[in-house]
Amino acid sequence: MTPADIREVVLEILADIAPDEDLGDLQDASPFREQLEMDSMDFLDIVMELRKRYRVQIPEEDYPQLVSMESTVRYLEPRLREVERVPS
Amino acid sequence: MIAPGLAHLRPDTERIVLTGVGLTAPNGNTLDEFRAHLLAGKSGVQPYEIRYFGKTLAGVCQFDALRYQTRKDVRRGTRAGSIGVYVAQEAIRHAGLDWENIDRSRIGVYVGVTEHGNVETENEVFQLRGYDYDTSFWSHHHNPRTVANNPAGEIALNLGITGPHYTIGAACAAGNAGIIQGAQMLRLGDCDVALAGGVSESIHTFGIFASFKSQGALAEHEDPTRASRPFDTRRNGIVVAEGGCLYVMERLSDAKARGAEILGELAGYAINTDATDFVLPNPDRQAECVELALRRAGLHADQIGVVSTHATGTTTGDIQECDALRRVFSGAPRIAMNNTKSLIGHAMGAAGALELAGNLGSFQDGVAHATINVEELDPECELPGLVLNEPREVGPVQYILNNSFGMLGINSVVIIGRV
Repeated sequence: MTPADIREVVLEILADIAPDEDLGDLQDASPFREQLEMDSMDFLDIVMELRKRYRVQIPEEDYPQLVSMESTVRYLEPRLREVERVPS
Repeated sequence: MIAPGLAHLRPDTERIVLTGVGLTAPNGNTLDEFRAHLLAGKSGVQPYEIRYFGKTLAGVCQFDALRYQTRKDVRRGTRAGSIGVYVAQEAIRHAGLDWENIDRSRIGVYVGVTEHGNVETENEVFQLRGYDYDTSFWSHHHNPRTVANNPAGEIALNLGITGPHYTIGAACAAGNAGIIQGAQMLRLGDCDVALAGGVSESIHTFGIFASFKSQGALAEHEDPTRASRPFDTRRNGIVVAEGGCLYVMERLSDAKARGAEILGELAGYAINTDATDFVLPNPDRQAECVELALRRAGLHADQIGVVSTHATGTTTGDIQECDALRRVFSGAPRIAMNNTKSLIGHAMGAAGALELAGNLGSFQDGVAHATINVEELDPECELPGLVLNEPREVGPVQYILNNSFGMLGINSVVIIGRV
């Protein structure tokens, strides 16, 4: 997947776990928590959805990498480079 | 004994009254709508399908969960939690509580449940199958969804209530048990307002249908609206329903001080145990439970205006309850006896609270709603006061006696008096 594909995947996951939020104005460089009502259970949802959809195992020490869209895409890019985008 | 009951002899600080009710039933989402549909004989039972089990029948609620919850709350929580939040919010509005200024640390949430956690566990196991039962795919939401206090906790979270909250597990006596718990905690001074009653999400677990089916106790009928038929010779079991009903309960002194409209007063109650069988009821203990509630209320049997029966439509259970009622009320043939499950199915943890709510209107209109679907009354269920198929004008009702019994031999009776 390209970084653009990964961004789309993360957006789809966010739409599922934060269905009341408007994601159209999401700033990629800003932390999710500053823009969306999210708590630790929501971040675990992101980890779980990536595991379910792409079998990506994200160790706990790497969770801080998921702080923003930019850092998430950067973190996932090498892990999903060889993975085909699965349309949801 | 002292007529008209002992409740009025207590100081107002110990008299417990109902000042609001919120509910969702398969045939109504407000007290007025529910009452109107009960009087009209409108059933809320419909065709239903659930995984593994397949096609069956159920009482399904149609309330708008998003009225009081965000989509995220609904996704994260449970159906029982959503039902609880809806009926709690409705009860608070109905009671006219000044929510902005109320001390939320003095509110207690006491929610009766028949069971909790089956729905969520079944869902997780079902989805885990798609991952070859690798438990690393098991949701982190499982525990907060399945802890036994979940429905009460979701209500407290939604409303910012910081007083005590918990559920009361009491099988199908849970709705009454919630009301009783609320009253006890008000009398102990543990809270100033109790949100009390019961909820049920049980139609979302295939296990409850399969278990009743294996027990030979699941109702079947080509016309869903005629499937729940307590007291009829052709009854063949229970129609499972979801639902919820919570009351705002207060001490009479507090209700008077804020000028609240009073729906009824808790005149008496009792809970006892058969200690004889896992599932089969015991009419001796049921009769004792009714008599204990009457004795505590200081009432004679003939002072009761309406008896709301528990009967679920099983062959044995209906006969046993009628046996118990015959013993207690044999000298009181004028009493109207009806059954709400014939209209909505068995709402499990919500049943006792809902069935009481559906009868509260008789304080105002003097009418007992009917038990529908009795085409041929089982002679063993014959009771002088049964209200069959058509509502009955019964005149002024002073007391409603509400039966709710459950597995493992739990019996509960609540008596509500007109104020």
